[in-house]
Amino acid sequence: MTKYFIRRLLIMVPVLAGISLVLFTILALAPGDPFEELAANPNVPREVAQALRHQYGLDDPVAVRYVRWFSAMLKGDWGFSFVSRVNVDTLIMQRLPTSLFVLGSAQLLGLLIALPIGTYSALRPYSLFDQVATTLAFIGFSLPTFFTGLVFILVFSLWLDWLPFIYRADIAATGWRWWWEHARQAAMPVAVLGLFQGATLTRFVRSAVLDVIRLDYVNTARAKGLSEGVTVVKHVIRNALIPVVTLVALQIPGIFTGAVITEQIFRIPGIGSLLISSILANDTPVIMAITFVFSCLVVIFNLLADLLYGWLDPRIAYR
Amino acid sequence: MSVAAAPAASLLTSAARPSLWREATRRFRRHRLAMVGFTVLLVMVAGVLAGPFVYRVPIDEIDFKAKLKGPSRAHPLGTDDLGQDLLARVLYGGRISLAVGVVAMLISITIGTGVGAVAGQIGGATDHTLMRLTDLFLSLPQLPLLLLIVYLFRDTLKKTLGLEAGVFVLIVAVIGGLRWMPVARLVRAQFLSLREKEFVEAARSLGAAPLRQVVRHILPNAVGPVIVAGSLDVAAAIIAESSLSFLGLGFPPDIPTWGRILFDAKDNLDFAPHWALFPGTAIFLTVLSINYIGDGLRDALDPRKVLGGK
Repeated sequence: MTKYFIRRLLIMVPVLAGISLVLFTILALAPGDPFEELAANPNVPREVAQALRHQYGLDDPVAVRYVRWFSAMLKGDWGFSFVSRVNVDTLIMQRLPTSLFVLGSAQLLGLLIALPIGTYSALRPYSLFDQVATTLAFIGFSLPTFFTGLVFILVFSLWLDWLPFIYRADIAATGWRWWWEHARQAAMPVAVLGLFQGATLTRFVRSAVLDVIRLDYVNTARAKGLSEGVTVVKHVIRNALIPVVTLVALQIPGIFTGAVITEQIFRIPGIGSLLISSILANDTPVIMAITFVFSCLVVIFNLLADLLYGWLDPRIAYR
Repeated sequence: MSVAAAPAASLLTSAARPSLWREATRRFRRHRLAMVGFTVLLVMVAGVLAGPFVYRVPIDEIDFKAKLKGPSRAHPLGTDDLGQDLLARVLYGGRISLAVGVVAMLISITIGTGVGAVAGQIGGATDHTLMRLTDLFLSLPQLPLLLLIVYLFRDTLKKTLGLEAGVFVLIVAVIGGLRWMPVARLVRAQFLSLREKEFVEAARSLGAAPLRQVVRHILPNAVGPVIVAGSLDVAAAIIAESSLSFLGLGFPPDIPTWGRILFDAKDNLDFAPHWALFPGTAIFLTVLSINYIGDGLRDALDPRKVLGGK
């Protein structure tokens, strides 16, 4: 397992380098000077602009610029926001926990929906329950998150007036009240993202369980007198989860798409909404850093998925 | 063979063994929800294509007396904050949204088929490099990257191609360029198995050049999964474009795509919910229909799956 872990960790390096190369190519190919805005801004002293140009090494050869840029990115030296006048890493670190909290809860909700429903559907294929669940899942993953978000605000905030539709990071309360307010404001964004994830995952779980349930070893488990619950949980689900983990890992970049949109709709102060506001304000260092952070998150979550994969299917880890 | 016998012979074979495409059509027709989706999509496409000729209200006629009105006889879907007719705008925007979906899909399956075919046919180091590239693209965060590219390149393309065409080309190219990876993997897998089949070997031993083997014998047999993936790509591209426009970073306000209308509507939800609900429903119905069509196509074009009882 340790060897497997180290191997996976080493694979991260070329992937990260490749992603950074793509990002850098885009930046290098982009027309004009990313600091044009800055040079034209009379509020920024010439020396600062010069220093920034120098920091990003805009006058050096491309290869040198790439190496310097990538090592600066890895060290967390992401420059200085044009708009908020603070270091980019401080800005991102302020926002990241909120994003991860919402994303994590949504993913958890998605799994809590998908695992039982997908499994139960597959155990009774083409039953009424299965048909209703499959149809709902189909509708669920065809509903774009920006539309569900607006409908949720319309129904739960404006018509029913149950939940606030603006997410606040600073709630002036302590103890239970703080938790309660937090849960109330997180309910809608987490539900929007979680239901979408749940719909997608339900289909994966259902087809994975359907593939496994027909296999001989499941019959063996039943034949030797194991209860249906033990058969399903210990024998079927464990093996069905292996392809599901792969698919979840492939989905991760897509989850961030939903996160950016949800953060924008509910005004969650996370890195997704920071990305949008930075683009609207032409704040290039922040935009580059956030795209890089998103890429790193994808790589890290892929690593976690690989580790989970190795745990679920020891054959992979010992190969 | 006599001239008279030829049509009879072809009739006989077609009766004994229906063509693959006819068989696929029959299987597709049996998928009830796919047929419903197909009908809905057909109505939507006909609506956005013919609608503006039948319903001759301009999309940008400003009328402050009628602003933010719900559906009425004069404005079947109501009006927005400038009193512009929403039905006209939804019909017009549908053209763009659907066009983006189709063109982006064409780009993604062209790149995907190309990369997959080259990787599968040549193999070796080329295959390895191309597949690593595919993996790399699969782990890129799509929307942030899409936003970054649009942000960096929008102004130049606007200048060279004009506002409307510039944004269209940029969005379509970027969406298509970030979605080819699944197709590439599918096509490569098809190539790896088809390359070893007897009929390709037969073509090879008859002296068919590699290019002819690929174009005449392998590609036509690999096309089924590509069609399925392509249909789902249309839906994904429509969502991607709508997301961009919804964030205010896609099409400009004078080109009301469905996502753009939602962007403008989202701050007026409390007094004009119809403004957001109609374009949102249009996106939802289109995507749902396309996804069901994709499901039906999968059943129709992948006989093994049907034989295996799903």
